[in-house]
Amino acid sequence: MPEKSTPAKRPRTVIQKIWDDHVVTPLTADEDLLFIDRVLMHERTGPQLLEGLRDAGRRPAYKGLVYGVVDHIVDTSPDRSAIDIRGRAAEFIPRLRELTAEAGIPLFDVDDPRQGIAHVISPELGIALPGCTLVCADSHTCTVGGIGALAWGIGSTEGEHAVATQTLVKRRPRLMQVRLTGRLQPGVTAKDMALALIGRYGTDGAAGCAVEFCGEAVTALGIEARMTLCNMAAEFGAFSAVVAPDETTIEWVRGRPFAPQGELFESAVAHWRTFFSDADAHWDVAVRMDVSEVTPQVTWGISPNQAVGIGARVPDPATWDDSRREFGGRALRYMGLQPGQPIAGVPIEAAFIGSCTNSRLSDLRMAAKVLQGRKVAPGVLAIVVPGSMQVRAAAEAEGLDRIFIEAGFEWRASGCSLCVYNGSDSFRGARRVISTTNRNFENRQGPGVQTHLASPATVAASAVQGCISDPRPLLG
Amino acid sequence: MEAFESIRGAAAPLYLANIDTDTLIPSPLITNASREGYGPKLLAGWRYAADGKAEVADFILNRPAWRDSCILIAGENFGCGSSREMAVWAVRQFGFRCVIAPSFAPIFRQNCLRNGVLPITLAAELVEQLAQNAEASPRDWIVDLRDCSVTDPSGQRHMFEIDGGERDELLLGMDPISVTMKRAAEIREFARADRERRPWIWTAGDAP
Repeated sequence: MPEKSTPAKRPRTVIQKIWDDHVVTPLTADEDLLFIDRVLMHERTGPQLLEGLRDAGRRPAYKGLVYGVVDHIVDTSPDRSAIDIRGRAAEFIPRLRELTAEAGIPLFDVDDPRQGIAHVISPELGIALPGCTLVCADSHTCTVGGIGALAWGIGSTEGEHAVATQTLVKRRPRLMQVRLTGRLQPGVTAKDMALALIGRYGTDGAAGCAVEFCGEAVTALGIEARMTLCNMAAEFGAFSAVVAPDETTIEWVRGRPFAPQGELFESAVAHWRTFFSDADAHWDVAVRMDVSEVTPQVTWGISPNQAVGIGARVPDPATWDDSRREFGGRALRYMGLQPGQPIAGVPIEAAFIGSCTNSRLSDLRMAAKVLQGRKVAPGVLAIVVPGSMQVRAAAEAEGLDRIFIEAGFEWRASGCSLCVYNGSDSFRGARRVISTTNRNFENRQGPGVQTHLASPATVAASAVQGCISDPRPLLG
Repeated sequence: MEAFESIRGAAAPLYLANIDTDTLIPSPLITNASREGYGPKLLAGWRYAADGKAEVADFILNRPAWRDSCILIAGENFGCGSSREMAVWAVRQFGFRCVIAPSFAPIFRQNCLRNGVLPITLAAELVEQLAQNAEASPRDWIVDLRDCSVTDPSGQRHMFEIDGGERDELLLGMDPISVTMKRAAEIREFARADRERRPWIWTAGDAP
């Protein structure tokens, strides 16, 4: 009997599959008009977006697909007021309220128990879903790739386009596969993996690429850790990053309030199961890294790729090639470090746990495990800012707040807080800070503040010891 | 959007790697939700003394020959960091119409295109050489998007490449939203079919 011939299906990557699922119409050979399933906006860049839209006489095309949240400059004091908005935020939060109300867009406001950092709450609430496209006027939007969404950061003007048309004109990105093999050692986290990867390939290692993180070291991660990994893709130069949805993802999404329920969920799952990279799909770039030897990472410089293992010494840029020497020297001068100095043992004055990188429940649990029964070293200012009010509530339900507070940490309400200095909240004169955030740029966390990026466990251990420290001995 | 055909003027060299958007427009200086008023705040941390007012005399943009530059020549990974569009507004409102660099952070580059600022990518060695030339001869640089060339004051021409769609958009100063709006019927049809194909995308609004 002759075999029934079926048209040959082109093997595709998970990124292409999600992309193709959203093409309204091809525009040129390499550019498509893409449907955008979700648009998020925050108080810092959202008002300009909505004002631009209104001034042009335009309305949101599908306002049920658009959400606002206050996160960037919202007060994170535990007793903050939703009515009496002070400081910088007074120019932005009331503006976003007015404009979202006028446009009919829901807002997760200061006093909403669902409020939090955009990239933390959109998956937590089930607004972001596997296989969806999601944009936000924020560079760390790619965080949401951890649940298998194709998400990327845009500017306010692009945001106007997205809200006015529910589409964006996008050139197909270069495709990069990052295969992470082996098994992480205890006490080593997704953050350490990401810093090691960026340290090896540079901040432009994925320039302009959409990245799929795959391999046994990725599938072994929980969803929150996958979000940490995808979050750091912004510091890898990537356009976006995705972990293909699997059973772990599906179970994580199940039951979330904005996610589909019941039969509708099951039909969504059937669709989501098609989002994986075909074995013979073409990648423009493919790299692999064995994570078995990765140790806790700490940055020593002013760019996220300037990271070393906790047992290593600060490198000597004088030995580097011309193109990198000058920047390396500038980094050492700003950071006040000497070449050859061990990174462990550098005294710190403040410790910060929070941000869209590392503020979810699993991050807080890991830090609390280090802090249990211990105290922050004298003179160290220690702050923890949960990624959402729901994370905060969940942490309190299991007593993590007590561990932080008894150790000497400030236990705050949710927001982006000290990830980026905006002129109000500060480290109160502390200069050297160890932080679970994503950027160690000059002055990022305050004028002259020297930032060392690390995992929540490393930050907690360093807070206890008063200097940059390996968390593993404290994790037992 | 502001169209870009060709410009002639001064080029300012700032050949440093990784100039991030917070350096271009420091977060504390974003004091309201306006799109205007960012020009004087561009690179404020480098342009002004600690009081935020007195100019640092030897900083390139404060030196007489470069005060009214329209071309910026910068190092790799320009515009990295935060997606804030104020960084491009600051670049544009200072007077720059064009940035030449070995590489750009993707969101910053996209924001440039949306604001009539031409991002030109050239090889690092060439950009470094152009930066040196601009230090020696600031005046009479020409950037022409019609033939995709940069001409330095000695008359030497350097060709650059840019995506055809991006070039057309800049040349014509097209408003991308208006262009897409012409396809409103196609978008409506996609959405109609999508409600049947992926109903779960459309039910989030019904959540409690």
